[in-house]
Amino acid sequence: MAQTPLLDMQDIDIAFGGVAALKRARLTVAAGEVHALIGQNGAGKSTLIKILTGAYRKSAGTIRFDGREVDFRTPKEAREAGISTIYQEINLVPFRSVAENIFLGREPRRFGLIDWKIVQRRASELLESFGLRIDVRKPVRDYSTAIQQMVALARAVSSDAKMVIMDESTSSLDEREVELLFTVVRRLRDDGRAVIFVSHRLDELYALCDRVTVMRDGQTVAENTMQQMDKLKLVTTMLGRTLAAVVHEDSAVKEANLAKRGPVALAAQGLAAGAKVTDVSLDVHAGEAVGLAGLLGSGRTETMRLLFGADRPAKGTLDINGEPASFKSPKDAIARGVAYLTEDRKAEGIVPELSVRDNLTLVCLPALTKRGVVDVAKQREIVDGFIESLGIKLRSPDQPIRELSGGNQQKVLLARWLATHPRLLLLDEPTRGIDVGAKADVAKIVRELRDAGMAVLLSASELEELTAVADRAVVIRDGETVAQLDGAQMNEASIMDAIAYGAGAESTLAEAVEEAKHDR
Amino acid sequence: MIDDTQRAAPIVQASAKKKRGVAIQREVAVLLAMIVFNLIFTQHFVSLQTFNVNLTQVVTIVIVGIGMTLVVATGGIDLSVGASMAIAGALAPMLFMNIDGPLGIVLAFTLPIVAAALCGVFNGFLVTRLNVQPIVATLVLFIAGRGIAQVVTDGSLQAFTNPAFQWIALGKIAGVPFQILLMLVLVALFTWIVRKTLFGKFLLVTGGNEDAAYLSGIPTARVKMIAYTVCAALAGLAGLISISVNSSSDANVVGLGVELDAIAAVAVGGTALTGGKAYITGTLIGALIIQLLRYTLLAHGIPDAAALVLKAAIIIVAVYVQRKRG
Repeated sequence: MAQTPLLDMQDIDIAFGGVAALKRARLTVAAGEVHALIGQNGAGKSTLIKILTGAYRKSAGTIRFDGREVDFRTPKEAREAGISTIYQEINLVPFRSVAENIFLGREPRRFGLIDWKIVQRRASELLESFGLRIDVRKPVRDYSTAIQQMVALARAVSSDAKMVIMDESTSSLDEREVELLFTVVRRLRDDGRAVIFVSHRLDELYALCDRVTVMRDGQTVAENTMQQMDKLKLVTTMLGRTLAAVVHEDSAVKEANLAKRGPVALAAQGLAAGAKVTDVSLDVHAGEAVGLAGLLGSGRTETMRLLFGADRPAKGTLDINGEPASFKSPKDAIARGVAYLTEDRKAEGIVPELSVRDNLTLVCLPALTKRGVVDVAKQREIVDGFIESLGIKLRSPDQPIRELSGGNQQKVLLARWLATHPRLLLLDEPTRGIDVGAKADVAKIVRELRDAGMAVLLSASELEELTAVADRAVVIRDGETVAQLDGAQMNEASIMDAIAYGAGAESTLAEAVEEAKHDR
Repeated sequence: MIDDTQRAAPIVQASAKKKRGVAIQREVAVLLAMIVFNLIFTQHFVSLQTFNVNLTQVVTIVIVGIGMTLVVATGGIDLSVGASMAIAGALAPMLFMNIDGPLGIVLAFTLPIVAAALCGVFNGFLVTRLNVQPIVATLVLFIAGRGIAQVVTDGSLQAFTNPAFQWIALGKIAGVPFQILLMLVLVALFTWIVRKTLFGKFLLVTGGNEDAAYLSGIPTARVKMIAYTVCAALAGLAGLISISVNSSSDANVVGLGVELDAIAAVAVGGTALTGGKAYITGTLIGALIIQLLRYTLLAHGIPDAAALVLKAAIIIVAVYVQRKRG
């Protein structure tokens, strides 16, 4: 890092609708390095990348790229300056051939016409240099995601990009494909190009990256080499938890609660589906709240969907209340007393134009129906009951749900499931995107449900929220259960430990906490 | 307890009425404005004949439009309604002309509608099982359906006079043509279905947010299947009315272009083509607006060709207004 870096972003600010998304964010990347950019969801890494590539305009700060100050107004300008971006959803033209995609817009010409022979020869040569022998005349869509990523990379290489940004490129790849991709990335680095690598898979970062920038709440909170940043430090920096803050007090209460819990309501053994869930085992008893912990992309949502029958597992067994279950669709799961509050309230939860009343009674509606006609009086009774008991704030139950605040929408969706009297409640990020007051309300409701004997499985990115509500935690990493932490053993430190080191690892962080206590 | 509900109920109902009122208020205002315009400027506008002529012109469009509203509410569209009309229209004369007596009439009213409904089942199958886009799926029968009707009739025109069968179009109750009463009954029935029944709620949810519907255990495929089947069956009924009016059935002509009139009526009536809404009365008003516009232009000597351009213009305005309403 003696010479000037290839990219130097300093003091970048941007705000959306008056809310600051980035506050004096920094990112410095040298030529010939693979640079990891990590952070929780909403930490600002995508925003920073979008500013760099000209999709957003910064409101303050400087960007120096390749020795001069730049401020790209469009993604095209960034591309022309030598910054190539490969997104999670690859932007290739699916029906055109591999060769065409690589040279799109830069086709070698002869007498004003495209010389297809040269295009194809150069494309195969390029891919062969990646160790990839494929028919470049076939359309891109005929190939796997990994090969499509490779084609996108080849396009970047052939366009003499000085910097390649890979935004969660590996999230849909399997192990072997990831390895293939890494070989190519390393080659790019050895050629003296810079690579910015965004991923939530910690192991990949250590396998591939030289340096790392950690973001949290719109700020750059750490810049370091990967060697000096061990996993634990990385996770704690990312989540913003210091050792002092992670010690939990009321573990005695949780222990007591676990002692009086009921029989097993849900037992999953070795669940697997696709690349996101590889081996998840967990159980939930009646009258306990279990936290499903893991980083973003670790397979939490996918696991929940398997438990609810929204997706079908390829492997593994599922028992509900001691009897085997094989759900073909959510309908089957609902019939067995399972409820699932989705993580994506907008896309999968609310029916925006419909009234609060109809949204709230959506699932229990068939039970309120006599010969196909909805019993409006009964419906009103249920809706009014939940509006009062959950403290939902609205003008009228006939108001379209889209007019409600996020927190109130979430309460309506929660009521939608509670109205079915479920025995097992799956809550995927129930506090996401709602204000502090509503968060506290949701936590309170979950505790009450648990005390009333319901089995609750909930996930949360914020470990503080998870440990506050859950009696014990199941930790998953890369689609695999790596730890189960009960009552007293469960705290933010032990969960982070498990996220960082996985199963067999000794709880080094917990030890450190113990030592800190003794020192005091 | 009783006191509480009674106290709460009026507020709730009032706001509900207000909400529904707002939804098609503009369409009603447009219709009233056109009627007022005609009252002042069009000669002989106030007569039972004008009333009957204008309403009988829209009966088939409205009946097809009701079904179209259901399909549009699921986020789909049905281009094959004209073909379904032609198939029903081709089958009915073959039944009542070859089977004498009441049996022939009964069969002529049932089998053609069943045949049309089967077209809807086919559409529904393509959309729900094979996941074909509705516009492409229904294009299949849009093209082939009329061909089927022509094959059935050998492409020949079937002319007939059968008062018993034709009563559906020509009969009158207290001076009002039966087909108008039938149309109004269907409008009332489907308005009720959409607002009050479980199917109505499921329909709006399926079109409003299909992912949420699936995760709520709602049988979205079955809901869509029913919508397409009902739509085609209603088109079949419209086909029977159409041939009765004309005393003849020509597979080339029955229901020609009705899909576009029906879609226009749905759009003008305030039902969003993106799904999740269904205003049956809006569709009735939309069809009346389009018909009255055409009548007004004709009554004032403007040729039908120019009327078509204006019809297009009004659709653009209607859709624009809808987008702004968001």
